[in-house]
Amino acid sequence: MAEPRVSSWRALVVQAALVLALAALAYFAATNAAQKLARQGIVAGFGFLERPAGFDIGQSPIPYAAATATYLDAFLVGLLNTLLVSALAIVLSTVLGFALGIARRSSNLLARSFAAAYVEGFRNLPLLLQLLVWYVAVRVALPAASDPAAWGGAYLSQRGLFLPRPDFSGLAALVPLAFAAGLFAMGLLLRMSRRAVALGRKPVPVLWPGALLGLGLPALAWAGLALAGHLVPVAWPARGPYDIAGGLALRPEFVALLVGLSTYSAAFIAEIVRSGLDSVPRGQREAAAALSLSGAQALRLVVLPQAMRVIVPPLTSQYLNTTKNSSLAVLIGYPDLVHVFMGTVLNQTNQAVEVVAITMGVYLSLSLATALLMNRYNARVAGGRP
Amino acid sequence: MSRADGFLTEGYVRKTLIPPAPPPRRLGGPLAWVRTNLFASWTDGLVTVLILAALAWLVPLALRFLVFDAVWTGTSGEACRPEVVGHPVGACWAFIGEKINYLAYGSYPAAERWRPNLFFALLAFGAGWMLWLGAPKRAWGAAYLFVVFPVLAYALLAGMPALGLVSVATGLWGGLLVTVVVSMVGIVASLPLGILLALGRRSDWPVVRYACIGFIEFWRGVPLITVLFMANVMLPLFLPGDLTVDRLVRPLVGIALFASAYMAEVVRGGLQAIPEGQMRAALALGLTKTQALRAVVLPQALKIVVPGIVNTLIGLFKDTTLVSIVGIADFIRVLEAARADPRWSAPAVPATAYAFAALFYFAICFGMARYAGFIERRLAAGDAR
Repeated sequence: MAEPRVSSWRALVVQAALVLALAALAYFAATNAAQKLARQGIVAGFGFLERPAGFDIGQSPIPYAAATATYLDAFLVGLLNTLLVSALAIVLSTVLGFALGIARRSSNLLARSFAAAYVEGFRNLPLLLQLLVWYVAVRVALPAASDPAAWGGAYLSQRGLFLPRPDFSGLAALVPLAFAAGLFAMGLLLRMSRRAVALGRKPVPVLWPGALLGLGLPALAWAGLALAGHLVPVAWPARGPYDIAGGLALRPEFVALLVGLSTYSAAFIAEIVRSGLDSVPRGQREAAAALSLSGAQALRLVVLPQAMRVIVPPLTSQYLNTTKNSSLAVLIGYPDLVHVFMGTVLNQTNQAVEVVAITMGVYLSLSLATALLMNRYNARVAGGRP
Repeated sequence: MSRADGFLTEGYVRKTLIPPAPPPRRLGGPLAWVRTNLFASWTDGLVTVLILAALAWLVPLALRFLVFDAVWTGTSGEACRPEVVGHPVGACWAFIGEKINYLAYGSYPAAERWRPNLFFALLAFGAGWMLWLGAPKRAWGAAYLFVVFPVLAYALLAGMPALGLVSVATGLWGGLLVTVVVSMVGIVASLPLGILLALGRRSDWPVVRYACIGFIEFWRGVPLITVLFMANVMLPLFLPGDLTVDRLVRPLVGIALFASAYMAEVVRGGLQAIPEGQMRAALALGLTKTQALRAVVLPQALKIVVPGIVNTLIGLFKDTTLVSIVGIADFIRVLEAARADPRWSAPAVPATAYAFAALFYFAICFGMARYAGFIERRLAAGDAR
């Protein structure tokens, strides 16, 4: 931009022409759309969101009744379902992806080849095909609804996965609180360990004590409540004449989408993690070994923290991809934002422009928010290393 | 303080030789190899045993399904029912065998199927020309693939009564043909558009720059399926009067715009990797900015982004499956339709259909990925010189 503007009049003319062309295109499209909408008797605007929806949604994290719900409620349910399945898929795929990515650089030949085969297999098949496999082919192989497989109170059949649902209201809220406290303690341990390493002392063990705290504290709370005579109520799924009722019912659409998204995304995360590990110079690992750190310690304390700088930016965009990919839910009938809003609501109301604008607006704001967070992270990382 | 001083202040200098340590145990032979590669530690051994157990379960399962228990011949689903065959049934390849023409051409009239065949051959010729790095006159290959071939392909597939080619409605196209057409349109449109957008994004003119940024970030920020829905319902709205858009063209427009945004980002990566000195040197030689871009910067930038472009194309090829959701008879949709044929209802048919689709997509995507890897290694070797 420091170059002299010899032909500034040309720049002006071209840019003015571009603005005019874009404006003309927008005007042309808008007038045509307005004409056609008027002919179809559709009132433009967002008033339709107040109208009753009158259709049912198979899964909803908030109370939703077809009789009283408006289109706005349907939108909210779709949005929450999208966020729910994306968040869970992000967690699962991160765990699986890191394990696979680390396995690709393991000294174990079998682990290395297995992880490579997994990555190549899942990455090179369309997600849509994988979802069909999980939803159709795998489901056919599951036991029929009349004869479900059972493990200790949980049931699995073609109608979905049924788990016992503990009721954590009232006094029983102590259990999730204890879990949160365990996580907090784990975080403290992690900080202590980091500080110890920074000061040149032996690192504090984190993994085992942390896991013990995270799982042991809630178990203690549960047992304590039980001893005090307040048993945490659990809704057990029960076999009815045709189907299973009660408990926490995970519908097959949800399970298929979650499993499909997580396993697919994990392949990409594994590649991101692998390239992150490769970006750390070999000498770092050798130096760690020379300091008599074990392989796992070297990975956790020396290699991974440095690799994270390379891993985090593509990882966030992969998380965004997972969220966008969750829109394939429409294929197998999981009621996500696209399925509920761009599918059912659009068909019922014909408010194409508004519905498309709202749906795309949601995804765009998610992308924008992620990009802003990412810029801040990059600025911090770059600032830490001039 | 010199090094020697420090050495002396240690106050200890060894006077006698250390007795030689025994040589390290010889690391070699198959046993040592197994030890270092499979059982280096306790957990390593556990992982090895677990994976071996999984393989011992999975490999026979897959082999039985794909080969040994598979049914190769038959005329209906009866042939693939375990109670008829008398043993457990794996894949029902007879089903694929009977439907293979439907999977390849959809409902394209049988008498005209030489036209898709010729289309595939012309495409293979152009693709081979472009992909083979030592091919003669690759610039002509690009001109063929991006200008001549699309025109030829349209005349060939849609028909041109003036040349004696009967018109075939796009509603009859299907299967592999549609998948290839959608991918080709995506590639042919997205590469030039993507290059223009990438250049625009780096333009000195703010209006051009912000228009390109807005365009690119918009398409990259939304899922493809919403783009396809939008193309389906909004494209007809934006056109005047009773003008309608062909049902196959709507998703094509959506895919072309979507893919060009991703392509633009790949190309931009290449442009950023070219040192600014190249541009300055070209300008100093008296080239205009356009000439410098065309003759100096772009050729270098495009060369280094070939792997990225191929990876984007792999994604595009996988994404074409999404058009099946908006009612286009691509490979997946045709497969699903074939699967629903009541004459071929057998428990093994869905798994067979998906296994076939998986082999098909994997072969193409993996092949392209290997090609990208090969180019990448070649470029790296060139840089290492």
